Amino acid sequence: MKPKIRKDGTVAVEKTGDLPDMPVSMGSMKSNKTASWRSIRPVIIEERCKRCMICWKVCPEPAIRPGDPPVVDLDYCKGCGICIAECPFDAIDSEKEGK
Amino acid sequence: MKKVLTGNFAAAYAAVAARVQVISAYPITPQTTIVEILSELVARGELAADFIKVESEHSALAACIGAQAAGARTFTATSAQGLALMHELIHWTGRARLPIVLANVNRAMAPGWSIWADATDAISERDTGWMQIYCEDNQEVFDSILMAYRIGERAEILLPTLVNLDAFFLSHTSQVVDLYDAERIDAFLPPYRPAVKLDVADPRSFGALTSPDYYYEFSYKIQKAHEAARQVIAETGKEFGSVFGRSYGLTEAYRCEDAEYVLVTYGTIAGTAKVAADRLREKGFRAGVLKIRYFRPFPAEDVVRILGRAAAAGVVDRAISYGQAGPFYTETRSVLPGAGPALTGFIAGLGGRDVSVADLESMFLQLRDGKHSPIVWIGVKP
Repeated sequence: MKPKIRKDGTVAVEKTGDLPDMPVSMGSMKSNKTASWRSIRPVIIEERCKRCMICWKVCPEPAIRPGDPPVVDLDYCKGCGICIAECPFDAIDSEKEGK
Repeated sequence: MKKVLTGNFAAAYAAVAARVQVISAYPITPQTTIVEILSELVARGELAADFIKVESEHSALAACIGAQAAGARTFTATSAQGLALMHELIHWTGRARLPIVLANVNRAMAPGWSIWADATDAISERDTGWMQIYCEDNQEVFDSILMAYRIGERAEILLPTLVNLDAFFLSHTSQVVDLYDAERIDAFLPPYRPAVKLDVADPRSFGALTSPDYYYEFSYKIQKAHEAARQVIAETGKEFGSVFGRSYGLTEAYRCEDAEYVLVTYGTIAGTAKVAADRLREKGFRAGVLKIRYFRPFPAEDVVRILGRAAAAGVVDRAISYGQAGPFYTETRSVLPGAGPALTGFIAGLGGRDVSVADLESMFLQLRDGKHSPIVWIGVKP
C-alpha cells in the first residue's frame, strides 16, 4: 500500500485499487501533515515563558515539543487554542493565519 | 484428543487452540462460561494471553479493536443484550477490517428477560460487515472458530466473524468434541501477521475522517471482500476436512439430491430437522434439509441450486424481523428466481421454545399441502 504522490506532494487516489482495504492513512503520519485547517497559530513569547511545560502537557494533538523554550509543531497544530488559554503567564499569543 | 464439552467450553478451547493473544470481555450476565474458563486459564498461566476485564461489552469490543489493530489475534464472547451494547463497535470492527472472532450465544432479547435460544440478537448485526456463522453442534463451534480466524485474516478478506451457538441447546449441553492436536492446528492456523498495524515506528491514522470522495469505495471494498469470501470459505472448509477429517461449506445439504420438499434452517434446529427428514423418508416422503452455516456472506448460489430442484421449500426461522417475516426467509426469497419453488416461512422456537421432531415433520407436510405463506406460526397458543 504505497501511496502515489503527485508532483505537488499530494496523494493521488484515482482508482479504487489505489485505496487501502483498511481505512488507514496512506503512508506514514510523519509525511501526512494534518494542520491545513488551522485558523489561528500559537506563538510562544520567549521572554515571558517560564518553561513550565503546561502547554506541552495540555496539548491534545500533541503538537508542542518540550524545549527551551517549547516549540509548536505547525505541521500538526490544529489551532485549538488550549495552550493559549491554559498558559498561566500569558506567554502564548494567538496569531491569525492567512493574514 | 476428544473431550466431553459444553458449547461454551468448546468455544473457549477453540480460542486457546487458536493461540489468541488478547481476550477482552465483560464478566456478568449475559456473559457465559466461555470467558470464565478463559480467565481461569490465563490466571493459572496456562494460556499466554492478556485478559482485559472491562466495565461493559461496548468497552470489551473496543479493547479488542485496539489490540487487533496493534497486530494481536483477539477474541471475545457475549450474548443478546451484551451483543446489542457492542453494536456501535461491531460496525467499527467491520469497517476497520479487523478479523476479530466473537462467539455469540444466541439468546432472546429482553424484555421479558430471557436467557433462552433465539437468533434475533445476531440478526440485528446483519449489516455491519461481519461474517456470520450458525452452528449445529459443539464440534462445529470449535471448528468454525478455527476456520473463522484462518478465513478472516486472509489479506484479501480482512473481515471479522460472529460465530453463533444456540443458548442451552449448545451453550450448556455436553457433547463429544475432538480438540485435535496443537501441531496440526498450528500448521493450519499460522500466527496473525497483518500488513498494516498500529506501529510507533510507522505511525498512521486509523479510521479517520473520510470524505464522500472515498467512503463509498471503502464500502464497495467490504462488499467485494464478502463476495470473495464465499470461495475462500468453501476452499478452507475442504482443506479443514483434509487435515482434520471434517469438511464444511457455506451450507450443508442433507438428503437434498432427490428431495421434493426441503426445509432451510440454521443452528440446532438443523439437527432436529435432519431427524424429521429421516423419519419421513422411511414413509416414502422425499424430505431434505438445507442447513445455512453462513448467513453473511449469504450463500445465494447454494440456495438457488439446491432449492431449484425441489417442488416446495420452507424456511424455519428462530428469529423474526417484526413487520416483515423471518430473516432467513426474506433472504432466501430474495435470491430465488420468480418462478419458484413455492416458499413458506415458518416462525418457530422464539425465546427458547422447544422445536420438536414432530413440529418439523408437520412443517414438511405443510409444504406438500401447498398453502404457502411468508409467515406460518408454529405452536403459538390459540
